[in-house]
Amino acid sequence: MDTLISLADGFAIALTWQNLLLALLGCFLGTIMGALPGLGPSNGVAILIPLAFTLGLGATPSLILLTSVYYGAMYGGRISSILLNIPGDEPAMMTCLDGHPMAKNGMAGQALSLSGIASFVGAFFATWGLIFLAPQLVKIALLFGPAEYFALFALAFMTLGGVSSTNQAKSAFAAALGLGLAMIGVDTQTGVPRFTFGEVHLYDGLDFLVAIVGLFALSEVFIFLEHRHGDANGSADKIQVGRLTPPLSMLKQTTPTMIRSTALGFVAGVLPGAGASLGSFISYAFEKRLVDSEGKTFGKGDPRGVAAPEAGNNAAAGGALVPMLALGVPGSGTTAVLLAVLLSLNITPGPLLFSQNPDVVWGLIAALFIANIMLLAMNIPMIGLFTRVLMVPPRILMPIVAMVSFVGIYGISGSSFDLLVMIGFGVMGWVLRKLDVPLVPIILGTLLGNSMENNLRRAISIDNGDWMTLIDSPLSITLWLIAIIGFILPLIIGRKVKTKMHSSRDEEGAISD
Amino acid sequence: MSDRVFGLFGLLLAIGFAFASLAIEESFLSDAVGPKAFPLIIATILGLSSIGIALKPDASPSWPDLGRFVEIMAAVVVMVLYAELLPVIGFVFSTAFAATYLTWRLGSGAVASVVTGVGTSLGIYVVFHLLLGLSLARGPLGF
Repeated sequence: MDTLISLADGFAIALTWQNLLLALLGCFLGTIMGALPGLGPSNGVAILIPLAFTLGLGATPSLILLTSVYYGAMYGGRISSILLNIPGDEPAMMTCLDGHPMAKNGMAGQALSLSGIASFVGAFFATWGLIFLAPQLVKIALLFGPAEYFALFALAFMTLGGVSSTNQAKSAFAAALGLGLAMIGVDTQTGVPRFTFGEVHLYDGLDFLVAIVGLFALSEVFIFLEHRHGDANGSADKIQVGRLTPPLSMLKQTTPTMIRSTALGFVAGVLPGAGASLGSFISYAFEKRLVDSEGKTFGKGDPRGVAAPEAGNNAAAGGALVPMLALGVPGSGTTAVLLAVLLSLNITPGPLLFSQNPDVVWGLIAALFIANIMLLAMNIPMIGLFTRVLMVPPRILMPIVAMVSFVGIYGISGSSFDLLVMIGFGVMGWVLRKLDVPLVPIILGTLLGNSMENNLRRAISIDNGDWMTLIDSPLSITLWLIAIIGFILPLIIGRKVKTKMHSSRDEEGAISD
Repeated sequence: MSDRVFGLFGLLLAIGFAFASLAIEESFLSDAVGPKAFPLIIATILGLSSIGIALKPDASPSWPDLGRFVEIMAAVVVMVLYAELLPVIGFVFSTAFAATYLTWRLGSGAVASVVTGVGTSLGIYVVFHLLLGLSLARGPLGF
């Protein structure tokens, strides 16, 4: 009951004209960013973070704007999957399999609206899941001491590669690199400078926003420069969108699919290291096995094959917010970027967030509901507009992305030094993506490095320098065990899952959802 | 092959990081762990994972040929110039220049590039500076 009262308070916060407008703007921009191949949710949110700051938005409005972008991008990814057979972002990969055949059969409009409804169902119920699960997780998290937190951070890093990771050494490398970058600057506990090489600009440490925008957005520009697939799209007009509402029989047929996929996707989202890509993959694979074990209709334009991955990926997007808000440990790329937002706003996510800043949490959750309804309303009638956006060629789009990134970062600090660091990260991101090194652990490392170290030092200082304190409670032992299993499991089954996920198409880049 | 080079590079990075950690000056007021321990743990992980990468390399990615590589380097140079010139000649001119260059290199014709570049610059200026009130770099002409 308390939960419902808090939720009502949340709606009171979210339902101001400013917040509604921001949600609308976020949904609109998010859908576009999701739809455009090359701009995924992490990129989209990353570019907009500096803007949210420089505009001087408060904590709740910034979060409302950026989570609307996040949800919007999850909706938008399907548009180019269905129309162009190019996933707009990685979670939308599975939607290509049945969405594009449906479009070829002249049912593009129905596929789009059906997937819009499936996205809504997934995201709507996942938000309810978030409401009920997050407070439970908070209760557990309140038992955590510094040693447990240290173990939890280790768990986050060790599982972040996820079950789809093929090379755990590269995930570990990325995490260590990120943590190492976080060490740059003056040590908060003793005041000595570390790794600054006498450069005054580095005493404050690297701004993680600079790292995020460089790694995600600028590296994308370099990828485009490398391939210059300038005019790859522009074929959206060849496909007739056709009727925009799915017939009732189709809805009836896909309802059980949506419910099952929502549940699966949500669980995949909550689990560390899974995220939306895996959510949509599991949902599709499960649905295929369940209703079409002989492979007769799936892959040839079965509406259930459109509904399953879309409900799954949107539910996973909601589920991924649970560990981010309740524990302060994100499970996916985009939630890592959202964590950066919180940290920059001086809000520490985690169990105390629910008691100290309930307005932020519940305002955010209410905004998720509002954004969802807006997205459904926007995505069905306005689909024509979004398909037209798809025809903007990358040669115009990518320079805009680069320039907006520069504007945002310059707006925060007004220093050219930060821009140079950002370019450096852009180049580094390009090289690492070529080498198939995941970028998300780097981001998470730069975000969590300092607080991970502080927890370690606090835990050991409390116990007078005894390092065994890290593993002397059942809770921390459990966390370490999960971490170790999570790290080793992909070594055994990872290759299999990854090949399956990528069998439909070969994707470049290591950014996941 | 790429991964072997990468692993070797990572190992050198880890060694460098470890040395830099050892060189951190300890303050006389230190806690039980001190500022060196965690960086040393990180250096260890960095080193071990680099060895792992070098010993079990993945298939090499398709590296761009020299021309494409120069392309990217040129873009980096333009961006660095952009960052340095921004406070000197102001937002509108430097952005128009950088956006024109990138549009051109991504495959637009000369005239179309200039139009897109100037349009991008003015568009961002109007939306972010005039409408949203973001402070952009000012040049000698005030914009």
